[in-house]
Amino acid sequence: MNIIPLFVVIPLGSAFLISLLGKRIKGLPDSLANLGTLLMAGLSIYSIFLIKEVGVQVYKVGGWTPPIGISMVLDGLSSFMLVTVNLTAFLITLFSISYMKKYTAKWKFYTLFMLMLGGMNGVIITGDMFNLFVFLEIAAIASYALVAFGIEHEELEASFKYMVMGGVASLFILLGIALLYSLTSTLNMADMGRVLTAQGPSKLVLFVSVLFLVGFGLKAAIMPFHAWLPDAHPSAPAPISAMLSGLLIKVLGIYALMRIFFNVLGAQPAILDILLVLGTISMVAGALLAIGQEDIKRMLAYSSISQIGYIVLAMGIWTPLAILGALFHLFNHAIFKSLLFLNSGAIEYSTGTRDLREMGGLNARMPLTGTTSLIGSMSISGIPPLSGFWSKLIIIFAAIQSGHFVLALIAILVSVITLAYYLKLQRYAFFGNLQDKWKHILEVPFTMKLSMVILALICIMAGALLLPGVREIFLKPAQDALYAGKDYAATVFESIR
Amino acid sequence: MTKNSKGMTLIVKTITRLTVGLILLYGIYIVLHGHLTPGGGFAGGVIIALSFVHLMLAFGKEVALKKVSRPIASLFESIGALMFLSIAVIGFVGGYFFLNFFINKGTPFKLFSAGIMPLCNIAISFKVGAGLFAIFVALVLLKIDSEDKER
Repeated sequence: MNIIPLFVVIPLGSAFLISLLGKRIKGLPDSLANLGTLLMAGLSIYSIFLIKEVGVQVYKVGGWTPPIGISMVLDGLSSFMLVTVNLTAFLITLFSISYMKKYTAKWKFYTLFMLMLGGMNGVIITGDMFNLFVFLEIAAIASYALVAFGIEHEELEASFKYMVMGGVASLFILLGIALLYSLTSTLNMADMGRVLTAQGPSKLVLFVSVLFLVGFGLKAAIMPFHAWLPDAHPSAPAPISAMLSGLLIKVLGIYALMRIFFNVLGAQPAILDILLVLGTISMVAGALLAIGQEDIKRMLAYSSISQIGYIVLAMGIWTPLAILGALFHLFNHAIFKSLLFLNSGAIEYSTGTRDLREMGGLNARMPLTGTTSLIGSMSISGIPPLSGFWSKLIIIFAAIQSGHFVLALIAILVSVITLAYYLKLQRYAFFGNLQDKWKHILEVPFTMKLSMVILALICIMAGALLLPGVREIFLKPAQDALYAGKDYAATVFESIR
Repeated sequence: MTKNSKGMTLIVKTITRLTVGLILLYGIYIVLHGHLTPGGGFAGGVIIALSFVHLMLAFGKEVALKKVSRPIASLFESIGALMFLSIAVIGFVGGYFFLNFFINKGTPFKLFSAGIMPLCNIAISFKVGAGLFAIFVALVLLKIDSEDKER
């Protein structure tokens, strides 16, 4: 049996089972969600080795041969994204076991969570343009509901704003897909790429690129389209903030952007320049806006915009080294941003506040949260030898190598600003004197600790992914798949035969 | 008049009593002939949900909720989704996800034909019908809650 459809079957199946039985059987939502995500994390790691042995795999849904039928494509990039998503999702569900106890409807949370995960896995694994849109909507709609999970005034407002912006984004994407369909008469992504190559360059493709840039840019919260993110991400419960900031904007935004722009439409110089500019703006403005924040989760949300800027910048440089940097930074950011959001959740769990000014000296009562948060903060600011240092280094090297000296300088400066606001976070929350009202708070329960420690360990160890021998297994296939550009079509059609 | 005071006037109630069964039957017809005629699981599911919505509009929410309560609606919704997924997964028997696993697919344009298509339509109609009805119920209950607070 082929493992490829399981990435969609397991999350959707467990979501519906939880919604059917979760209310009646106590403990089922926790165990089913954790088991499902653990299984998928295992399968995604297995898929890396599968690709190493067999090469790119195309799955024909229903036995219909593409381009007539729907296909699912597992190549280096998909497998890389699957590992990132499912590994992080497993650690987040582990954290949710204790954290979500304070909410009444845990089973509803897990249902929506697994639906969102199913949507994200679907976006990654599909080889069909319209399927990509459908899965994108599944993930997005589940996330609208999850942002409003607390149903307080602030959360509903954030969710409504997010829903309107997300709806506009989906509309742009749908219009782009419709125009591409009218141009190429096919919805299969590989076939679309082949037809577009045969037809040669056209103005319509450029127009569609702009539509996609706006649509996926909104989903990824690149700077001029970022307004929903600082409201939506802090409002959700902490595991969902981790999921949204760590994974959702990357899968729905960055991954879809990369796949469609580079593998289907082909890298166009004009679009690459736009990506460079947008990436730089988000990087700088996100960091500057983050400094002044007093709400810990809001600061992290602005920081996400800034880090997404790094990834988009590296995509715009478009050299093999830059692509490696972008992908590696994407992986690292998924890990440390999830860790930091889980830390903020742990603080909220123990103290009940998110305001940095009310905290102070929490290291004394919550040493583990403090230590893991320090590791996450230092990693995202790019302190060697933690993972963030290596990915930023690669991006800066790639910028210098391709002659973008100013951009390299800006990237270094933004890294310094990042260090500044994360030091502020550490200083206000964990260092200093413990306030009297926090004298009796307790460290968080075991599963929450475990999840944070594992994420922190990955932060420390992830630099090893660049070592020769290890790099060829995990990062290199993804880099090759993306940098192959329009050869994606040829690769897919070869493996159908 | 005490019992019948909820809902709309006698004229509407009488007309509803006559038409609601027909609407439900028409919805079921659309679902079952989804693979032969225009329509299908989604359209049929919407019509089935509308028949209950119709009941609720004419007679008030108690009457409709006695027929289909909120837990029942959410149960049917989950069952519909799981049924659709199971049909897809049973395809693994023949080696492929979503494989049309019936060997004898019947004569084209007959009611029992097209393999898994009618089954998929039925699953979708469960999901859509129960889902739409649940959304309507949620809106109605929310409205009543907010009216209670204003008083």
